[in-house]
Amino acid sequence: MSTALNRAGLARDAYKGAATTLCAGCGHNSITNHMVKALYELGVEPHLLAKMSGIGCSSKTPAYFVETAHGFNGVHGRMPSLTTGAHLANRQLIMLGVSGDGDTASIGLGQFLHMIRRNVDCTYIIEDNGTYGLTKGQFSATADLGSVQKKGAVNTFQPIDPCAVALALGCSFVARSFSGDGKQVVPLIKAAIAHRGTAILDIISPCVTFNDHDGSTKSYSWVKDHEESIADVSFIPFFEEVHVDYEPGTVRDVQLHDGSHIVLKKLGEDHDPTDRQAAIKVIEEGRAEGHLVTGLLYVDTKMDDFATTEHIPQRPLKDLSQDELRLSRDQFSQFMSEFA
Amino acid sequence: MTEPIVNDLTIQAATVNGSGSQTANLVLTRAIFHMGIPVAPKNVFPSNIEGLPTWYQLRITPEGHMARSDKVDILVAFNVATWREDLKTVRPGGAVIHEEAFSTAEARTDVTYYAVPFAKLAKSKIQNDTLRKQLANMIYVGVVAGLLGIPWEAVEHGVRRQFLTKPKAVPVNLDAIKVGYDYWQDNFSKQDPYRLEPMQGVVEGKVLVEGNQAAALGALMGGVTVVAWYPITPSSSLCEYLVAYADRFRVDTATGEKLISVVQAEDELAAVGMAIGAGWAGARAMTSTSGPGISLMAEFSGLAYYAEVPVVIFDIQRIGPSTGLPTRTSQADLGFVYTLSHGDTKHVVLLPGTVEECYELARDAFDYADRFQTPVFVLSDLDLGMNLWMTPEFKYPDKPLDRGKVLSKDDLERLAGEWARYRDVDGDGVTYRTLPGTDHPAAGYFTRGSGHDEMARYTEGADAYARNMDRLSRKLETARHVLPAPLADEAGAPIALIAFGSTHAAVVEARETLAASGKPVDYLRIRALPLSDDVAEFVRRHDHVYVVEQNRDGQLFDLIRLALPAELVGRLRSIRHYNGQPIPAVAITEPLMQLEAVPA
Repeated sequence: MSTALNRAGLARDAYKGAATTLCAGCGHNSITNHMVKALYELGVEPHLLAKMSGIGCSSKTPAYFVETAHGFNGVHGRMPSLTTGAHLANRQLIMLGVSGDGDTASIGLGQFLHMIRRNVDCTYIIEDNGTYGLTKGQFSATADLGSVQKKGAVNTFQPIDPCAVALALGCSFVARSFSGDGKQVVPLIKAAIAHRGTAILDIISPCVTFNDHDGSTKSYSWVKDHEESIADVSFIPFFEEVHVDYEPGTVRDVQLHDGSHIVLKKLGEDHDPTDRQAAIKVIEEGRAEGHLVTGLLYVDTKMDDFATTEHIPQRPLKDLSQDELRLSRDQFSQFMSEFA
Repeated sequence: MTEPIVNDLTIQAATVNGSGSQTANLVLTRAIFHMGIPVAPKNVFPSNIEGLPTWYQLRITPEGHMARSDKVDILVAFNVATWREDLKTVRPGGAVIHEEAFSTAEARTDVTYYAVPFAKLAKSKIQNDTLRKQLANMIYVGVVAGLLGIPWEAVEHGVRRQFLTKPKAVPVNLDAIKVGYDYWQDNFSKQDPYRLEPMQGVVEGKVLVEGNQAAALGALMGGVTVVAWYPITPSSSLCEYLVAYADRFRVDTATGEKLISVVQAEDELAAVGMAIGAGWAGARAMTSTSGPGISLMAEFSGLAYYAEVPVVIFDIQRIGPSTGLPTRTSQADLGFVYTLSHGDTKHVVLLPGTVEECYELARDAFDYADRFQTPVFVLSDLDLGMNLWMTPEFKYPDKPLDRGKVLSKDDLERLAGEWARYRDVDGDGVTYRTLPGTDHPAAGYFTRGSGHDEMARYTEGADAYARNMDRLSRKLETARHVLPAPLADEAGAPIALIAFGSTHAAVVEARETLAASGKPVDYLRIRALPLSDDVAEFVRRHDHVYVVEQNRDGQLFDLIRLALPAELVGRLRSIRHYNGQPIPAVAITEPLMQLEAVPA
């Protein structure tokens, strides 16, 4: 483990949390490790981080990284509203939400959509395993049609694809990845944090206990066999220089709000991550061909985030002084006289 | 003609919803108030945009009674659909102003009719085609002004005040009123006893304010910075007033930035969630709702209680259960809100009984929420929230904002980082918190709705759970001694009334009536839950205590019974009013006299 200090003056260990209580081999534990790496390498100051979650296996994980940061494990499916409120109270915080497929696509679908609609500045990670782990293996709404449960039941419903839904709403940052693909997950987490607006990152994260068998489309082996990355992703933070030594025409470079860059090296078909219709198409085509398309699907760096739209000051609303909050005596008596 | 009846009458205008009648009603109200005469308006309106019947009752008494009257002295009949029924409400000897086209054949003969061709007058005298329908209502204001002798100067004031922000509308409305005023002078002679005469000494220093306006101002003065809400009658106007006041008082003129965030959420779940998220992060945060909305907030309220997050939740009660009567008043959320959420939960509930208290308790609710790190509910209702009430001007706060036990970076340095989020250091059940963003390595902790120990770590430990729940009880007990105490008005009478909220107005009047008939009663008004020890002491000093409330099940009655020592329980009796109409004094005096006649 590296003892090197990052730009916040912290070693990687400073980004660790309590010991996980999830099953050994759970995809979520890998994502926790990716989170530690991304936050350490970004040099995020723990006191500015707010880890938010709902209910479920996924939502337990904020306890397992950056122990010194504030966290809020709220109620099922309602992480977005807590996150929105906390963000409005203090725009300086880095809002990092962790949710699951049940928490997002079933009970929390409404809040998920409305957070995207408002473009609240936050990173929204879905640890997506297509099953309800804590209640012992029921299908979730992201389970694919025809996917088979451990005890043999077949899912007869169309899945809700969080990325497709987010794209349909015009979400300003949409990406998909696989918990086992750290090389892709880590830069995507960093880019999502650097992005100003709602960044949706749907990470397929196999449930080793209830959904890792043959016939499941969320198992390690299925995802490994069917993952199709649309581009190699690398992230260059604003505090490092950009070295582009690729052949012209082979990479796309997107500058994010804080001056960081996300560099995409094309693998097969060229995908323009600023083209929303192309993103929808690539998901649909992947599904038709039986592939899981991963990578940065879409990014819009021009859309105003919620706090900007609402004209909230940069300094935290929670810090406003009494004089700024209360009417003056003169204003008050003038106002009262208007009721006469 | 009988003796004149001066400044003691109730006008009921029966009109059609969405026709602009409310503006006419308010002009009339403000004109009479300008004469120095106390007014008490009650708007009875349907859940409808346009077309259904609506009534506006304007009660005028020299004493300034604020409760609804169940007797109508002057009916303004503008709605043919309800005409026959409306006519039945008029007391014998009363006056009826009605559209000429309405038939009076086989109608009552014990009232005075003034038939006015409103429709014809509107057609021939109002030139403005687009506003004719709205302005037609103004004609009746003129007729009533003529009938009751309201000076033209007062009418002008009423119009100017009503159109404070739209001065262009003043002349056209005055012209319409003049049509009715002239029609009265030219066609009628006074046949009924009702008169209005200018008064002095009663309304001086008073203003007319809706409870929801008052609460919005209170929230602003309480330092609210994050508001999330979902539209629902009768609470919507609270947040709409807040938006208007924030636009006026909370915009940084140099930068255009808003020093408040008001979010219209997608539902009540999100509204309360945003408020709780903001309260957790250190903002003064609130939401406001009614009826089904408060049911939806139950789960999150339990989270805020258990995780100890400050938030203010206004519930402007309406009739339930379910959709109920969305535009009718009620006090039937008391029991539900007090323990809102599954599991052992008990909340701080504030119970404003006047619009002045809507302001004060809304303001102070934010201090209580921060101080006790818990949701604070402010229970108002449609009658209090949406009607205009005569009130003394509100007082400027004399205390600074109380942000409660929050540890800063300096505090943590002084403590060398030694602290625990849920450790009861002071023995009052209220623990210390830190806010996200506090730049100290020991500041962070993990807030959760699941079981937690003093360090805020996850635990399912039996002892840790029970210990924490006991501390929460201790915290509420601390709050109980600090919350607004009940207000007692006692003169040693053997019987007494206990009430809360908007029932206050009817109690005040009922006591006057009872005292005048030789039956004085003492009075205690509850202003907060959990109940103060004063309640039991008050009951101990009386033989019979009547708990008056606007719900079917006697919810306050039940709460008091549970809080009383066994030997006092038998002294309590229950008076309940629950038809959606604001309780009139007679709904207290009559059952009380009946029950008093029954041997204990």
